[in-house]
Amino acid sequence: MRVWLRIFFVGGLTSYRALFGFLSPAIFIPSLLVAPVFQVLLFAYIGRSAGAQSDEFYVVGNAIQYASIPCVFAMTQLISEERQNRTLGFILVSPAPRLALFLGRALPVIVNAWFVSAFAFAVGSLLLDVDIQGSAFAPIALVGAAAAFSCTGLGLFTAGIGLLVRETAVLSNVVFGLLLVFTGANVAIEDLPGWMQGVSARLPFTRAIEAARRLADGESLADVAGLVAAEVLVGTIYAVAGFLFLVTLETQSRKRATLERA
Amino acid sequence: MRLFYVGWKFHLKSLTLSGFFILVSVLQPLVFATIAFYMWKAGKSPGTLLYVALGAGLMGMWSATLFGSGGAIQWQRWQGTLEILVAAPPRFLWTIVPLTLATSTVGLYAIVATLFWGRVLFGVPLDLEHPALFVLALPATVLGLGLLGLVLASTFVLYRHANAFSNLLEYPVWLVTGLLVPVSLLPGFVEPLSWVLAPTWGVRAIRESALGGDPLAAIGMCVLLSAIYLGIGALTMANFERLARQRATLSLT
Repeated sequence: MRVWLRIFFVGGLTSYRALFGFLSPAIFIPSLLVAPVFQVLLFAYIGRSAGAQSDEFYVVGNAIQYASIPCVFAMTQLISEERQNRTLGFILVSPAPRLALFLGRALPVIVNAWFVSAFAFAVGSLLLDVDIQGSAFAPIALVGAAAAFSCTGLGLFTAGIGLLVRETAVLSNVVFGLLLVFTGANVAIEDLPGWMQGVSARLPFTRAIEAARRLADGESLADVAGLVAAEVLVGTIYAVAGFLFLVTLETQSRKRATLERA
Repeated sequence: MRLFYVGWKFHLKSLTLSGFFILVSVLQPLVFATIAFYMWKAGKSPGTLLYVALGAGLMGMWSATLFGSGGAIQWQRWQGTLEILVAAPPRFLWTIVPLTLATSTVGLYAIVATLFWGRVLFGVPLDLEHPALFVLALPATVLGLGLLGLVLASTFVLYRHANAFSNLLEYPVWLVTGLLVPVSLLPGFVEPLSWVLAPTWGVRAIRESALGGDPLAAIGMCVLLSAIYLGIGALTMANFERLARQRATLSLT
């Protein structure tokens, strides 16, 4: 158990620091602190121009949705860069338990995504003078953590796809775009066509965004507990599917000698 | 002229083969156009969807220019072609200008994509008020953005993480140049900023030629700003080349 935990915590953190390089402020600040705030501002002003929704709607939606940048990009890059740096083979030849190996890489990503989301929410609210009761902040932060977990589950799945394709940055950007359109971050779910609503229901963030908006409107955590639980369930389903996908690809790559081929 | 044409065509073909640039200049504008279409449909304000389609197209053109030109010199370094280009008999400036213009030309895909998308999925009418001026506004905008790209290329090279810097500038320029939001809705200090940025005048030229108005002034501003950007770019590019030769840092990443 001790070894499992060591691989989970130390292995995950080392991998995150070594491969993603996000501890460099020159990358972190523009990409993960400034950009989400401007995404919030852009959509809030489009919303004002179109006479669509309140500023609060866009602050909550975009702050949570932007967690997909650290979640999806980090998870996909963490695995594909192991291959690019020729370290994937060493990792997979080791006897380390796969669950600790892959989930350990997910933990720092979740924490980072939660922080990015919380920062965008706080600064976006301040800049747009959005009035949210102080008592709502802690429950919204909890919902943000659920959203980060859920999207990291999706990231684990895209990490598996990242082992099959070369253009991982394009893949992550496509996923980011789909989440921006389908999760209700900027367009209320009921304003989307039926088939899009069907897709929304199967994606991370949809329920978290709805829960966070209801909390911001004054509802209690108990009122949205079902949505939060469903968000965690969606994330768990993606995480399990992603883990199984990665393990399957590992087995296939051993059989066909395709580990370092994209 | 031959150097310019061959360089522009080569880089245009090269960028067209890049999955990343197809994403930036086709898929990403479609994502933003889709969201904006639904926001306007759900909203209470009057506004034409053609206005949204053209704005989203310009967003793609800016992204292609920003990421393509911002990282232009760094990419030449990674590919090992920077020394060859600098050592070649033509001035380095005239080998980089076709590249930055190619990045903004790739942005035309974005306008085609958003107009097509709007027409097919949302029934956006493509009735242009001044078709001839629309045809004139497009190259003027490409020129303005491409030469702004030259300024980006010659200044971003001083910043080690040019890609992160590009991420920083994507949303703010979309916002302050009025691509999807009228500049008059933004705080007062934003307006003077928007005047010195070519996308502001490019989107005005394209919109006024498509929706009605007098696009000639905006086309003129695109050309004027292009000349200013070329002057600034020539100075900063010469400075980069001089420092790189003095410090022997041309091939250092």
